[in-house]
Amino acid sequence: MSMDATMAAQAADTISSIFAPVSTPAAKEADLARMVLWLSAVVFVVVGGLIAYSVVRYRAPAGEPGSEPPQVYGSAQVEAAWTAVPLIIIVVLMLATGRVIHEVQAAPQPPDAVEVTVVGRQWWWEIRYPKLGVITANELHVPVSDSLSRRPTFLTLESADVAHSFWVPRLAGKTDLIPNRTNHMWVEPHEPGTYLGACAEYCGTQHTLMLLRVVAETPEQFSRWVEQQRQTAAAAPADPIAAAGRRVFLGTVCSSCHTVAGTVAKGRVGPDLTHLMSRATIGAGVAPNIREHLRDWVRNPDNLKRGVLMPAMQIDDKYLDQLVEYLLTLR
Amino acid sequence: MTTIPLPQPDTPWTLPRRGPVGILLFILAESSIFAVFVAAYLYYIGKSLTGPTPREVLEFPVLMTVCLLSSSVTVHVAIRALRRGATARFLGFWIATIILGVAFLAGTAREWYQLITVHHLTIRTNLFGSTYYALVGLHASHVIAGLVMLLIVAAFGLAGRVRPDHVERADVISIYWHFVDVVWIVVVTVVYIIGR
Amino acid sequence: MTTTGFPIAAAAGKGVPSVFDRLYEWVVTVDHKRLGIMYILFALVFLLIGGIEATVIRLQLAAANNHLVSPHTFNTLFTMHGTTMVFLVGMPILAGFANYLVPLQIGARDVAFPRVNAFGFWITCFGGLLLNSSFLTAPVLFGGSGAPDVGWFGYAPLTENAFSPGNATDYWVVGLILVGFGSIAGAVNIATTILTGRARGMTLGRMPLFTWITLVVQCMILVAVSPLTASLILLFLDRGLGAHFFDPQAGGSALLWQHFFWIFGHPEVYVLMLPGFGFLSEIIPVFSRKVIFGYPVMVAATVAIGFISISVWAHHMFSVGMSPAANTFFSISTGLVAVPTGIKLFNWLATMWGGRIQLRTPMLFAIAVLLQFLVAGITGVMLSVAPFDWQLTDSYFVVAHFHFVLVGSLLFAIFGAVYYWYPKAVGRMLSERLGKWHFWLFLIGFNLTFIPQHFAGMLGMPRRVYTFLPGRGLEIWNLISSIGVAFQLAGGACFVWNLIRAYRRGPLAGNDPWDAWTLEWAISSPPPAYNFAEPPVVSSRRPLWDLKHPHDPDWHYE
Repeated sequence: MSMDATMAAQAADTISSIFAPVSTPAAKEADLARMVLWLSAVVFVVVGGLIAYSVVRYRAPAGEPGSEPPQVYGSAQVEAAWTAVPLIIIVVLMLATGRVIHEVQAAPQPPDAVEVTVVGRQWWWEIRYPKLGVITANELHVPVSDSLSRRPTFLTLESADVAHSFWVPRLAGKTDLIPNRTNHMWVEPHEPGTYLGACAEYCGTQHTLMLLRVVAETPEQFSRWVEQQRQTAAAAPADPIAAAGRRVFLGTVCSSCHTVAGTVAKGRVGPDLTHLMSRATIGAGVAPNIREHLRDWVRNPDNLKRGVLMPAMQIDDKYLDQLVEYLLTLR
Repeated sequence: MTTIPLPQPDTPWTLPRRGPVGILLFILAESSIFAVFVAAYLYYIGKSLTGPTPREVLEFPVLMTVCLLSSSVTVHVAIRALRRGATARFLGFWIATIILGVAFLAGTAREWYQLITVHHLTIRTNLFGSTYYALVGLHASHVIAGLVMLLIVAAFGLAGRVRPDHVERADVISIYWHFVDVVWIVVVTVVYIIGR
Repeated sequence: MTTTGFPIAAAAGKGVPSVFDRLYEWVVTVDHKRLGIMYILFALVFLLIGGIEATVIRLQLAAANNHLVSPHTFNTLFTMHGTTMVFLVGMPILAGFANYLVPLQIGARDVAFPRVNAFGFWITCFGGLLLNSSFLTAPVLFGGSGAPDVGWFGYAPLTENAFSPGNATDYWVVGLILVGFGSIAGAVNIATTILTGRARGMTLGRMPLFTWITLVVQCMILVAVSPLTASLILLFLDRGLGAHFFDPQAGGSALLWQHFFWIFGHPEVYVLMLPGFGFLSEIIPVFSRKVIFGYPVMVAATVAIGFISISVWAHHMFSVGMSPAANTFFSISTGLVAVPTGIKLFNWLATMWGGRIQLRTPMLFAIAVLLQFLVAGITGVMLSVAPFDWQLTDSYFVVAHFHFVLVGSLLFAIFGAVYYWYPKAVGRMLSERLGKWHFWLFLIGFNLTFIPQHFAGMLGMPRRVYTFLPGRGLEIWNLISSIGVAFQLAGGACFVWNLIRAYRRGPLAGNDPWDAWTLEWAISSPPPAYNFAEPPVVSSRRPLWDLKHPHDPDWHYE
């Protein structure tokens, strides 16, 4: 597919409201949330109304100081009433809460669920599908489920450095990625589309731009994507500039941080670049993945994402152009 | 100013004394600090990835424990003596407390010297090293603080300036010293019994 | 205004004390009233500094993709804003009120340990200055300041040397250890004072509610601030000596820091809020002309909050992957703490009900607190529902919630308290006109700033972000939120001007300008250095009511 078509297909519905769920866990959470909101509205109107009423009704008449009003020291019955009623409300609320906690956290994993491991790193997401042999970064592809063929995606969350948090509001509540600990969550989108999220645990300078992109696809699209991701990179590209770029890539330090499957580049510090151009953005969502941004990024990533851990590569313009031509072949 | 008095009997109005109340509240705060160090110690038992284990390098500190716990006895006797007016007896037992406390610290120093030079265990060696030195070190620093207070009073005592009506203030220090001893019992249990 | 005296200068035979003499008296003072005022002034200075930090934050976030400050600078700003507001404004200003009022309310001469009191103030002062001096230190990475940028709760392992090299985080650690020592010293002092220094006849059941609440709060400080001090020491051992308490590479646990921090952090927010409730419990009765409804229940509710608050801490950790059982437990305990808190709200409402409400400035602020705390409590219950929290935590919804607690409830209560007790401390009334301008400007500004943040959170805006992307529905809420700052600054300016202007030109207050009922109103304004010429004797919870109504004293009904 051409780059434009890819971009259009992956154009995200950019409003990430927690009340527009498209996935089972988010839907359960939104339902419970709506119940809580209704309850809260009633409490606010009743109690707030009483407060406002009392200020108006019992305001001291202007002018004469007057005598003191009757002093009421307390009432056991009234105290009992306004202890019991909130307690009952809380108990009811907590019963519903316990049920949803269990439904979301203890959901059984069906045998054909997609398994993904997400490793949080400052400030990008390493994404692996261990059973499918796919390694990518920042952009997660999952199949949609419908009631006939449920195929949720179960995520295993780890961190290579500090604490992060995986939050795509329309798909699920957030779960943290904590070093030296393995967490689990699941999503089950019902509608194809691209859903946006971000890291939700402050993790340093560029926490803000550690963005998430989840592409929910029909089962056929998903299979095709998996197949494409499993390919190794082509050998030397036909285009001479891109071939020169390949030599630049493999000959300089790029390969010490990045992997391109099928070449000697097996670095694990930065994202896997084998299918770089299949992703809609670079830098974990910083900019659309097109030639000029790619070039900017490689020349000096700090321009796009200040403080990023990838250093400026200090490559001459001529070699930089070749390199970018090569990168553009990594579909 | 006056208020309308209740037809109340002339009951004495006595509230607790501020010295003991103050030191007990301070001990409450200190206990919370120690609780965190103890919790970290217990949590990390068995979780070190490398290095010497407690079983390999720790020996139950019998002599140190005897010294410190005896010092609680001596300080208690000292306070009772001062309350009765026996200032000389007070000073003797107070100084005995100091000597026992110093002996305890000497034992800690010796133990740490062994751990560092023979077993190569430092605070950065592994989780055991971190938690051990932190907890035992926190306790030892409280012993030192207590000894400083005891020494100041001893200095006054040797200059002949401690009187029986100072017993309340000396008692505050002795309460703190008892706390330090109780913490040692907890530390010994956690480090040398449970942790090994 | 009667001078409170300059005994040292007078003793040195000086007629009119010079500026240096006056300064010296204040620096060496152990008088609880002066230390109280010093705590409050210290806090107000840092309120301004923290407010400036917040203003820059809101200027940056007024529009999408804004680049007013660098990402690193922004991160230091929200770290310092939170740390400053909690530790250098909230804790000291409440310590100041407790210091000033408690001995007066219980009929005592001073606190139990006046010199420890002075120590507590000065070490807090030193810690605050040390922490803020980090702004002046050499840049660490990528330019910007050397101030800490780890967030006010400094999660591990971000705070370890590997991820926060240089000294910025060390300023944070040491500054907070020192400030913590000050809090603990103050807590020992005030609690001992309340337990051992009350006037004859003032049993625990006859103390003013502010004093009761202060007693509970000081005990909570002893139990809750200490875990923070301990954790900071452990972090300092990691950073300074290479220990591994929070070092995952060596098997350490990032979660252990979170547990320890929140075991401090949750009771801490009640430590901050409860004195605000204490102010309300003094102000609302006086300006409704009625005794507080349900005094024993108010005391019981306060103690219940104190205890329950120690069992809810992991509701800050619902997203870390705890078991369903743990998540359910903490949801329930958090929901339960809403019950005694609600009871207090209802008791204030019942106090106003049937009264003759005077809408003077302290009461305006108190009423705003009732409504804003209602919102804060409701959003708190929303957050207690773990599945809802999984969406809302670490988003701007939480930011909105806790600002409704700390600004909408606590700061408004503090404003009310200042208007209420300034006449006692200074001897002159603040201007009602300026007070009303302050109130309305701040009310509008506060709500403009923080109501929209609830919506930003529900639309997926995480917290601690230095910018947000366009097209996510966030622009309008952030813009309104930033506009509110202007109103708050204007209201704050009215407040400061009021304080300064009234100091020399306010109408004289006299002993008891509000016709109130607790002991501090029995003596002159400002009080003499010794407080009470004779130790008072009390027979009820409202000694001055008894004096003013000798035919119908309170002790007939209590």
